Amino acid sequence: MFTAIAVLAPLAGALLAALFRPFAGRTLAVGASVVSLIIAAAAGIITDYRHLVLHLPDHLVMLGTWINVAQFTPHWALRQDTLSLVMVGMVTVVSALIHIYSVGYMAHDRTEPRFFVYISLFTFAMLMLVTANNLVQLFFGWEGVGLMSYLLIGYWYDRAAANAAAIKAFIVNRVGDLFFAVGIALTWLQFHSVSFDTIFAAVPQARSATYHLFGADLPVLEVIAILLFIGAMGKSAQLFLHTWLADAMEGPTPISALIHAATMVTAGVFMTVRMTPLIDAAPVALQVITIIGAATAFFAATIGCVQNDIKRIIAYSTCSQLGYMFIAVGVGAAPAAMFHLINHAFFKALLFLGAGSVIHALADEQDVRKMGGLWRTLPITYVTMWFGSLALAAIPPFSGFFSKDAILAAAFAEHTSTSLFAWLAGSLGAGLTAFYIVRLMLLVFHGKPRGPADTMAHAHESPAVMLAPLVVLAIGALASGFLLAPRFIGKAFVAFWGTSIAEPHHAAVMHALDGIPAWGAELPLLLAIAGIGVAYWFYELSPAMPGKLANAMPGLYQFLLHKWYFDEAYDAMFVRPALRLARLIWRVGDDEVIDGVPSGLARLTSEASGQAVRLQSGSIAIYGFIMLIGLMVLVTVFLLAR
Amino acid sequence: MSFPILSLMIWLPLIGAALMFIPQGSDAASARNARWIALWTSLIVLILAAITLVDFNPGIHGFQFTETAAWIPQFHIAYRLGLDGISLFFVALSALLTPIAILASWRETRRVRDYMAAFLLLETMTIGMFSALDFLMFYIFFEAVLIPMYLIIGVWGGERRIHAAIKFFIFTLAGSLPMLLALVWMWHHAGTTDMITLMHTPIPPHIQDWLFIAFLASFGVKAAVWPLHTWLPDAYGEAPLPGTIMLAAVLSKMGAYGFLRFSLPMLPQASAYFAPLMFALGIMGVIYISFAALAQTDMKRMIAYSSVAHMGLIIVGIFTFTVIGIEGALFQMVSHGLVIAALFLCVGILLARGHSLRLDQLGGLATRMPVFAAFLMFFVMANVGLPGTSGFVGEILVMIGAIQINFWVAFLTGTGMILSVMYMLVMVRRVLFDHARSIANAVMSDLSAKEWLMLAPLAILVLGLGFIPSGLTTAFHTAVTDLVHAHVAAMSPLSHLAMAKP
Repeated sequence: MFTAIAVLAPLAGALLAALFRPFAGRTLAVGASVVSLIIAAAAGIITDYRHLVLHLPDHLVMLGTWINVAQFTPHWALRQDTLSLVMVGMVTVVSALIHIYSVGYMAHDRTEPRFFVYISLFTFAMLMLVTANNLVQLFFGWEGVGLMSYLLIGYWYDRAAANAAAIKAFIVNRVGDLFFAVGIALTWLQFHSVSFDTIFAAVPQARSATYHLFGADLPVLEVIAILLFIGAMGKSAQLFLHTWLADAMEGPTPISALIHAATMVTAGVFMTVRMTPLIDAAPVALQVITIIGAATAFFAATIGCVQNDIKRIIAYSTCSQLGYMFIAVGVGAAPAAMFHLINHAFFKALLFLGAGSVIHALADEQDVRKMGGLWRTLPITYVTMWFGSLALAAIPPFSGFFSKDAILAAAFAEHTSTSLFAWLAGSLGAGLTAFYIVRLMLLVFHGKPRGPADTMAHAHESPAVMLAPLVVLAIGALASGFLLAPRFIGKAFVAFWGTSIAEPHHAAVMHALDGIPAWGAELPLLLAIAGIGVAYWFYELSPAMPGKLANAMPGLYQFLLHKWYFDEAYDAMFVRPALRLARLIWRVGDDEVIDGVPSGLARLTSEASGQAVRLQSGSIAIYGFIMLIGLMVLVTVFLLAR
Repeated sequence: MSFPILSLMIWLPLIGAALMFIPQGSDAASARNARWIALWTSLIVLILAAITLVDFNPGIHGFQFTETAAWIPQFHIAYRLGLDGISLFFVALSALLTPIAILASWRETRRVRDYMAAFLLLETMTIGMFSALDFLMFYIFFEAVLIPMYLIIGVWGGERRIHAAIKFFIFTLAGSLPMLLALVWMWHHAGTTDMITLMHTPIPPHIQDWLFIAFLASFGVKAAVWPLHTWLPDAYGEAPLPGTIMLAAVLSKMGAYGFLRFSLPMLPQASAYFAPLMFALGIMGVIYISFAALAQTDMKRMIAYSSVAHMGLIIVGIFTFTVIGIEGALFQMVSHGLVIAALFLCVGILLARGHSLRLDQLGGLATRMPVFAAFLMFFVMANVGLPGTSGFVGEILVMIGAIQINFWVAFLTGTGMILSVMYMLVMVRRVLFDHARSIANAVMSDLSAKEWLMLAPLAILVLGLGFIPSGLTTAFHTAVTDLVHAHVAAMSPLSHLAMAKP
């Protein structure tokens, strides 16, 4: 009941806002959206209280049949197990706070009701995703949040950069989605069902089943798990499919907080956690998840250290933190992944909203080199952002400490070569994380003001409607760690998660958390403190140091500044060849080769007008693994036609 | 015999067209009358189609609303009509889109009477083709579609209309001649042209191969299967917009329908033998045509290529021989008809306001025409198969059908998910977003009431089918299941033995 209210209220809010805009004015439209989200958040808290504290039975809420063809019968339903409800609570609360914040942040925007329609619809899609009882409804929410993300990144559609970023985000996500969709199809082929419970119940019998692919008989569960994980990589911006996330910062800042930090990008983690009963039966896939997660955690942190755009620094941080969550999934500590997901949602939303407050104060300035000394003028933003930063840097007693510590401890406790690699990469990443976030805080709030004098003089603290969500989230960043730790990862975690996660494998790793040697347990924290120290030295004590260091190692600096040259490489490998191939196919393939004979006939009877159609040479951001696909087509066509 | 509703639907437009040619005084009066006659006739046919949808009983095996009358009894050729779950929605689609096409051509001023008559004639031919149960009737309707369409392109088309019309004619006619040979052979073999009898008449496998190739030539051209598609961008590009709508939404389905109605049930061994080829052609269609779409510089042509790319998915679905795959293909055919019609309507809305369709001259329309922008965005999302729209249901069903064949068939067919997003989003950006480019002479008003009337029903259908696809799937479930069962039975070793005897 309350779950249904929590899920459907944002949809109602979006529809009302869309209807009200032409007939009843902007205020009412925005109001409808915000009020419905507050109702959703209240319902989300109530339903969490009823099920997670009072332990009412978690019945499935059936909403109806969707598709019904042969044995393919996905239903509309709301799942109410712990995993779903934890997400419902987080999504509704964070989304409501961001709706409230946006009232202030977007006040000067002419098209503000459209913005609220989008974020309410986004919230609805996200809730459908987390409460899904089958893979297809999950995919519905998955694509729905992707669409709203596209529309919101490109919200200011008269900006070329925003449009390019929006298209890039959608296409890169769709690359992952293709693998996800094939994974769903293969799941159905194996289990003749897409419902979670049916699939999970049949996993033990499927362990020995094989699937013929790449000329070998592979365990079918491995194939499915890898396909689903590639889908998750797209959504959660993991290495190789991460390029869209930093560009997505072209959207309004509340969007970066809601979609590209707290909720949508965590959907990939959520999905792999949801599928743990299946993925746990796929040891190779678990190793792949661990390696990709660890690599992303480290790689994104290195980039975060040298970026100068306040939002991009935090975006790479998000990428990196999602990597930690995948490490947890990979080493069999899914509860720790969820714990970090929830903590991260609060402190990262806080950091983005704080950044938004700074950007708002400085008339849309985002370059940290043009900030400085703002702590006097923005005192509340300053203090709350420190809460978020310390939580991100995993300093006790802030929330990030509890969850990141648990993840790295789990990686250590698992004690395989893969998990130790993850532990090492994660520990180094923790040091880098502390460095870049403290660098950001020092550059923005300390030192001398470096921006244009009049902008700095006009800097002002944001209105109360924006500060209130900051304060609430700051409390969350401080408290969510030690309040939730006993339930999420403590002794009672099996009882808390119930059947939604608890698997024997997890239990083993989770119980081993406390038993690892002290040096293994404390190294991440020591590195984090060292990171803070270095940041303080570089940006407070001797501000000339970073420049000298960059000059001393120009190669490394450029490599990091250009984000490991991923964009350049993809541009050269996929985008430009794709466009060239497109022109080739059209002008030569179609017009000359295939069309040659019949056109010759047609020319006999009609005047062929030599209409020269010039091609546009403008560059379009088109990302996708096109050449790979092209190659596969050729091979396959050859095989099929043989 | 029950009320001949199918005959009424087929011949009423022809009567309407004939009425237009009664002398009516001035040209203006005759033009006005022609418009209203066309609209009312097509609306009555739409109501009749709605009645068939309501009266159709999804549980019955075989055909409903059947009509039989003697025609050329000495050759066992008869006037036979009927609908099953497979053809039902194509008749409905034709009946729905004809009045929309007529509404979209309300402002046509050149030879209005002939124009409206051509569209009514087209409706007669398409509905007749989808409901024919006699091969000769089917053939006649199938070929006769050419005539009104050729005229529509050649008389009311764009600058290169003659080139496009002749190309269209040559392609489709060349494709049809092999089917005529096939028709004659099957008539000789079975002694009748009754399609139901033909479906149950075994044909020796080596003959089946030849017949399959003949059908492929004919249906493949109509369905624009790669590499038989090159007539299509020219025809779609040069036809007047309502003509493009009928071409893309209805005529392209004739080919796919032919595969389902003839190739699969009548030539089961050959269909299975050639299935890998069809997968390859379908996949090539999806990938190759999508790239061609990406290179387009004209909005109408980009949508035209997109339309062909989606036909590849349908071909793959049909040849999976699975209930899910075929139902997915059928669903995709209906969905594609609605979505592509709506996208072309959006093109027409821009044309009516004097916009250029060149993608480098459009832009910034989201600000000036927000309702139009919302509709276009919605149909674009349906076209790329976003869940919640009808496009998704067909796509996921085809993928699930395809993975039962082979991982790569499913995966490569699925690449359409990525590729369609690439060119569609580029189009959206160039049309709706960025700054307004060269639009000096264009009117900027948002949708008129008439345009609402054309787009809103399509949007409701697309959304409705996206959330409640069972409205469609239950109706064709029986027919598809029977088709698949018959195919499985024909492929079993027992029937091979039966066929070995002459």
